[in-house]
Order: sequence, then C-alpha cells, then structure tokens
Amino acid sequence: MGQPVKRIDARSKVTGRARYVADVKIQGMLYGKMLFSPHAHAHIKGIDTSKAEGLPGVWAVITAQHIPGENQIGVVTPDQPLLAQETVRFVGDCVALVAAESASVAEKALGLIRVDYQTLPGVYTAQEALGENSPLVHQGGNLLTHLKIRKGDLKKGIGECDILLEETFHTQRQEHVYIETIGALAIPEGDGSMTILGSIQCPFYVQKGVAHVLGLPMNKVRIVQATTGGGFGGKEDVPSEICGFASLLAWKTHRPVQMILTREEDLRRSSKRHPMSVTYKMGATKGGKILCAQIEVLADVGAYATLSPVVMFRSTVHATGPYEIPHVKVDTYGAYTNNIPSGAMRGFGTPEVTFAHESMVDELAAKLNMDPIQIRLINGLRLGSQTATGQVLRESVGLEETIVKAKEACDWESKRAEDKRIGPSRRRGLGASAMFYGVSLGAKGWPLDGSAAAVQVHQDGSVSVAIGGTEMGQGAQTVVAQMAAECMGLSLDRIAILATDTSLVPDSGPTVASRTTVFSGNATLNALEQIKRSMTELASELLAVAPEKLDFRDGQVLGGGKKISFDQLVQHCYSRNINLGAEGWFVSPPCSFDEETGQGDAYYVYGYGTQIAEVEVDLDTGQVQVLRVTAAHDVGKAINPQGVSCQIEGGVVQGVGYALLENFMMVKGQIQTPDLATYTIPTSLDVPQVEPIIVEAISEKGPYGAKGLGEQPIIPTAAAVANAIHDATGIRITKLPIGPEALRRALLEERKEL
Amino acid sequence: MKHTINLRVNGEEVTTDVKSHRTLLEFLRDQLHLMGVKEGCGDGECGACTVLLNGEPVRSCLILAVEAQNSEILTIEGLAEGEKLHPLQRAFIDQGAVQCGFCTPGLIMGAKALLDRHSHPTEEQIREAIGGHLCRCTGYETILQAIRSVAKMRP
Repeated sequence: MGQPVKRIDARSKVTGRARYVADVKIQGMLYGKMLFSPHAHAHIKGIDTSKAEGLPGVWAVITAQHIPGENQIGVVTPDQPLLAQETVRFVGDCVALVAAESASVAEKALGLIRVDYQTLPGVYTAQEALGENSPLVHQGGNLLTHLKIRKGDLKKGIGECDILLEETFHTQRQEHVYIETIGALAIPEGDGSMTILGSIQCPFYVQKGVAHVLGLPMNKVRIVQATTGGGFGGKEDVPSEICGFASLLAWKTHRPVQMILTREEDLRRSSKRHPMSVTYKMGATKGGKILCAQIEVLADVGAYATLSPVVMFRSTVHATGPYEIPHVKVDTYGAYTNNIPSGAMRGFGTPEVTFAHESMVDELAAKLNMDPIQIRLINGLRLGSQTATGQVLRESVGLEETIVKAKEACDWESKRAEDKRIGPSRRRGLGASAMFYGVSLGAKGWPLDGSAAAVQVHQDGSVSVAIGGTEMGQGAQTVVAQMAAECMGLSLDRIAILATDTSLVPDSGPTVASRTTVFSGNATLNALEQIKRSMTELASELLAVAPEKLDFRDGQVLGGGKKISFDQLVQHCYSRNINLGAEGWFVSPPCSFDEETGQGDAYYVYGYGTQIAEVEVDLDTGQVQVLRVTAAHDVGKAINPQGVSCQIEGGVVQGVGYALLENFMMVKGQIQTPDLATYTIPTSLDVPQVEPIIVEAISEKGPYGAKGLGEQPIIPTAAAVANAIHDATGIRITKLPIGPEALRRALLEERKEL
Repeated sequence: MKHTINLRVNGEEVTTDVKSHRTLLEFLRDQLHLMGVKEGCGDGECGACTVLLNGEPVRSCLILAVEAQNSEILTIEGLAEGEKLHPLQRAFIDQGAVQCGFCTPGLIMGAKALLDRHSHPTEEQIREAIGGHLCRCTGYETILQAIRSVAKMRP
C-alpha cells in the first residue's frame, strides 16, 4: 500500500490480448449503422426506408416508430429521444438504424433511406439562445438551468475593496478523443432478455436506458463492460445511446448486432466539454485579501441536456476557486442550442471557471504588485475555512502544501526574477494556477452515490472481486486489487478483479467524478471485512487465540505466537460450510445545497492542486511552447503512486491541449473539425516535461485515507499556461485555446498601443 | 474482385484470397483474427493500427492487403517469444506506459521499428518516431521512458 505497483491489466494490453468490444465477434452477428441528420434543426416530414429494406443483406431498418418502449434516453432530463421522430436538433441526431450482414452493406442501405426535412431556424450560441424571439430548441424554452450562490453581502464587499477588476473569459468546446471509439455488441438471449457488451463508463446507466427503450424490466437487461479504451467522461452517458441503438436492432432481428462507431461518427455523436462565457468581478484589499466575487457563467448546453444540470452544478460550486471569499454572488446559466450536446468531460465544468478565476487572481496580484504565489497563500482554503457554499472544511485540505511544494520544485522566485528575454523575439514566463475539486457526486448526485462490491474467497484461497466501478484506463482495478491484497494480507497476484457486470453487483452509480478509488475501494473493504470476521472467528477457535489478536499478513493469519496459513484456514472454512462470499456497500457522507442561496456542504471532501507552467513565446509567430509543468496534487493517500503520477502527467497534457490546441469548432451547427486531422491533440512532439508531486492530506472517509484524483490534473493547466504567457509578454489572453493567430494578433495590438 | 496473396505474418506463411479493396487492417483483423491490431480512426491519423511491413512501420488502415503481397508482416501478436515478453513489452509495463491500452500495440510496434533502425536513438529520434501515435491517457512521458530504457539496456 502506497508503493508503486505495476498495473494488473498491463500484460494483456502489451500483448494485444485484451479484448475490446470490436475484438469480439460471434456467430451470426450483424453490423449496425445509424443515419445522421444533415441539418442542425429541422422538422422531419417523412422517412421512406423501403429501398433500404429491399437491399440484399439488410436485416432491419428501424425508425422511431418501431421503438417498443419509450423513445427517451435523457440521463438527467427527459428531453432526448433515442431516435429523432418529429424534429432533429443537431447534426448528430439519428433518424434511422440499419442492421446488415456487413458494415459496408449497412452503409449502402443508409444511402437509400429518403428523409424529407423541412429546415428550421436554429440557435448556435448560448447568448443567441437566450435572446428575445430566438428559435426554440425545446418547447419549454432555451434556458435549461440556472444555479445560484448568495453568500455574505456583495455590495458591502465591493464597498470595502481597494481594487475591483472585471473581465469576461471564453472557453471552447473540447472533445475527449479516447483512442477507442464507442462500441457495443447487443446479444438477444433466448429468454427475451438482452446482454450487451460495450465500451462504457457507466454500465448501470446503460442498463436503465436500454430497459427503458426496449420496454423491458431491468432484470432482463445485463450490461458487461468490455476492456475500455479511455473515457474521460465521453463514455458516461453517450454509450447508453449507442447500446440502445444496437439493442433495438438485435431485438428486431433476433440476432447479435455489433455497432462500432467510426471516428467521424463518434466525433459527430458524442458530447463535448461546454463552451462557456464567464464574467468575473473580483475585488481585494491592498493587502491582497479577496473580499468579493460576482460571477456569471453562461454555458452552451447544445441540443440536449445530457449531464449539463450537474456539470453546471460543479461550475457553480467551484466558481470562486480554492479561496475563502466572504461575499459571493454566482449565477450559472445553461442554454440549449442546435449544437452538439455538451456533457461530461474530465473536470466537469471546472476547468472552464478555473481558467477565469486563476486569470483574475493573477490580475489582482499584478495590479497590487504582489507575487502570484503570495496572493494564493493569503486567500487559499485551509482547515476551518468556509467555501463559497458556506461549507466549513473540517478535514483533508492540502492546498497550501501543494502551493508551497510546486513553488519550491520549480524554483519559482529565481525563475520569476530572471530576464524574460532569451532572444530578440523569444520570451520566457512562469505562471501558477490552483484548484479544488469536490470528490464524487456531491449534493446534486447524492441519490446515485452508493457503490457495491461482491467478493468471494475461493477454495484455493484466491480472491475474486466484482466492483460496480469500471476500468477505462485510469487504473481503478489495480488500486482496488492493492487494497484487497492489503486487507487480506495476500500478494497482489491472488486477487482477480472481474469485468464490471450489472449481474454481479447492485447498482453502484456511475464511474465518474473521481469517485472509484473511494467508492469501489470502500465497498470492497466492507465486503472483505465481513469475510475476515468469519475467518477470524474460526482461526481463533483453531489457534486458541483471542480474535482481536489475530492479524492477516503475508498469506497467514497470525497472533499470540501462533499462525495458520491463509489457504489452510480457507479450507477449514469450506469444510465447515462457512460462507466466504460477501457483498460490500459504501454510501457518500451527506451533502446539501440550497437552491435559493447555494449554501450547503456541496461535496463531502475536496481534492486540491497547484500547477506551475513554464512557457516560451515566439513573438514573431505567436507560437507558445510549454516547457515544463510542475503539478502538485493533494490526492489523500496515494494507493498506487505510479498510477497517480501517470494520471497527473496525462491530465496535464490534456490541459495543455485545452490551453493551446484543441477546439471542436461548429459553424451554424455544422462541424468544422470532423476528424483527427482537423481536431488535433498533443503528440509526443508537443508535450512539456511534467513533474508530478504527490501531496497526501489524508481523508478520514477514504479507503486508507484516499481521495479521488482522476479529473483534477486537467483543471488548472490552461490557467497556468495563460498566466505564464502573461508573465512572458504582459499580454492577458481571455479566450481559449491560445492559438498562435490570436496571440500574434494580441502582440501586434499591444505594440500598436505602445 | 478477389486476389490470392502470399505473405508471411508473424513468421507463418499465409496464402489466402482477399478482396481487392480490403485494407491490410481489415485483412489482419477479420481474416487472420489478429485483434491486437487496433482501429482508432481508419484515416491514418492515430497510429493505433501500426504494424511492421518488411520491418517498416506502416498504418495498416492506409494500405491495401494486396499491397502486402510477398512481404513480411509483424504484428503485436508476433512480438513475444511464447510467454516471454519482448523487452519493449516488459518496459511498457515497468514504466507505467500502459493505461487504457488501445494505443499500446501500435506504439510498441512503432518503437520496435525505431530501435531496429537505431540501437541508440537520440531523444529527437524517439519523439519523432512516435510523433504519429496518439495517446490520450499517458501524456507520453512514460512511453518515452520505456523506449529510452530499452535503448539504454543495449550494448
């Protein structure tokens, strides 16, 4: 525990033996395809599928009217038909599905389907959507959500400030680019039930969604997760749609149907990070104490709500950053448009506001002639601090340690003092950024925030653990195996983590929100403790040692100078019919959020982090190179430090992409970046040196003191880069991504002004 | 239209019919069941489908199977000797270079081609060699470290 461990799934992946859903082929399998809308907003007047149905090799063509259950797949808000029936609201809406002998026949059939559309005027920005007389995306109006925080007395706070700054920031749509596209294999079973194997983050969402559209009870739908090639939030809810498509075709044809999205289909259908405009008014005293923040967030939700109401909740709670600010007013709005739905992506509404508040804090420091580290230390959350939601932090606040450690590791003081000019047209700069992030689902997701594990110790002493959380690359299985091994005093190779399967464990909520180490970990420990109690009782009898003196260690159960091997004890248990199977359960500590005031204990605990970026700017081209990122993150106990470092490195690089490169562009609802040649992500030639620093502020509720960390590393990076560019050039960029054109333009304007 | 092609795949002689429009990727996966060859984009942009063709790394999604006539193909399945892993496979595990694993087979093949050509590649050569392989999990450092560590072990 706490030692670097090699991943338990690595061998299967380096040999090419790991089975992803596209690698599974079964007898009689058909291939599914979907027909997209060419329009961002249109009325469907009619669909003629007769020619497609007549094509040899086609087994089924399905439209909305064939759906046996309810044509509804919205995960939070019931606003999303699985197949468009009367209206298409974005270019990823699907109007028909085809199952055929091969993907190419299915593709050909799509071309034979005639859809008669009447195009409708659309709205393509959140601002437009909330304008008067704007076309409506949904009949209830374009405003999906408005969340608020009211803390202290804003007027009073503003009055007491020596300095008050205001700025608006804009962030872009970001795509996950998991390297494995979404896929599903639906297998109709003889008893009328449906089994689905898929590339998914949240099997229990899929189970509920598929049962709903097929009109089946949930006990007739079984979801098994295949090895999953990355998620980052992109496989949270969208797989319910793809699994829904595949299972409709399987239900109709009584044959297994595989549906593996091409990259272009995946980019067109899957949700993205929200584009946001955020306006900050932030004020402080001369001494650098931040007294007030007035924040307005406006997010482009896209055509359907998907997870926006909860994403916006995170934006709201985290809008003030990791600082104690007495007077706060936050208003967060999410508006429907005819763009691709914005949904879950790593950081879930937090990187957007962090870009803004961390830029603001640096601007305050600059105006006050104060060191950016100093202003963060003055205002940063610590034990006993009160967050913007009025939550008093009583445990595990590692922010200050992350600030200090990051600062020391990157040699902040001497580097900031160095000459920025390293050539006639090259400048270097250093920028800091801090963040906090609520672990797990918090007040808005509390009803989903319980997780299960089912464990058994087999006759030979090996242990199987089934968890409700999924492995998608983040390393969840390895940390759960480590915790199980530690708890039972066994070596790691005695533990097997089973593929996540809705038939093995009760609904454990989604694998999101950096919650799996804590939730699947605690549930596993809870199950193992039950088994240990039974084993301890028998060992006590066999060894004639009091149970409280017995310990599970090194494959033995020992105490009072006596011992028995774990395996022998297991055999004794079996010979006496002692149950060595158990189910564990863990529920989030209570959380609260008042809808009117935004006050409450929004999340049960928070992770903290500080990143410092060093950049080099080419003044002639506007090109920015990130040289180094020092990333200190408080993760509670690091169960697998190697895994933690890997998560930090990967998150930072996604953050560099968000800062400089990535922009999923849409014009009038049409995608401008339909593939990976036009939507570019960092390669090995673009990445900085990343120095991960692990800070461990132990969390009482976490297994062995762990908190979550999956999302945190991406959150502060863009702001750190922007602040470093400011340090290098004196230019404040308020819009992401910071491409060379934009920076070059800003540099030219600056010179003009001079 | 079908063609009969002869080639060696992972050391085995293969003679089989293949449709003229089949990509090498489709041929390896669908006809030879070599599922370690991954399709990430189908457009030659991500590198997940990289295999070695006569020792050269190629995007198998951009080549037709018929173009592999009389050639020698190596995929991830042919890299280990039985259960004994290739040093690159070992190094990817040891350095934590594997997360979701979907880019891993292609990356390892790309790295093998590099090390076959340059036993002690420079940092630039390593970065260049895997510059066409997208990985979204790791941030690349552990992958670079795995390749460096194998090069370092060489005499």
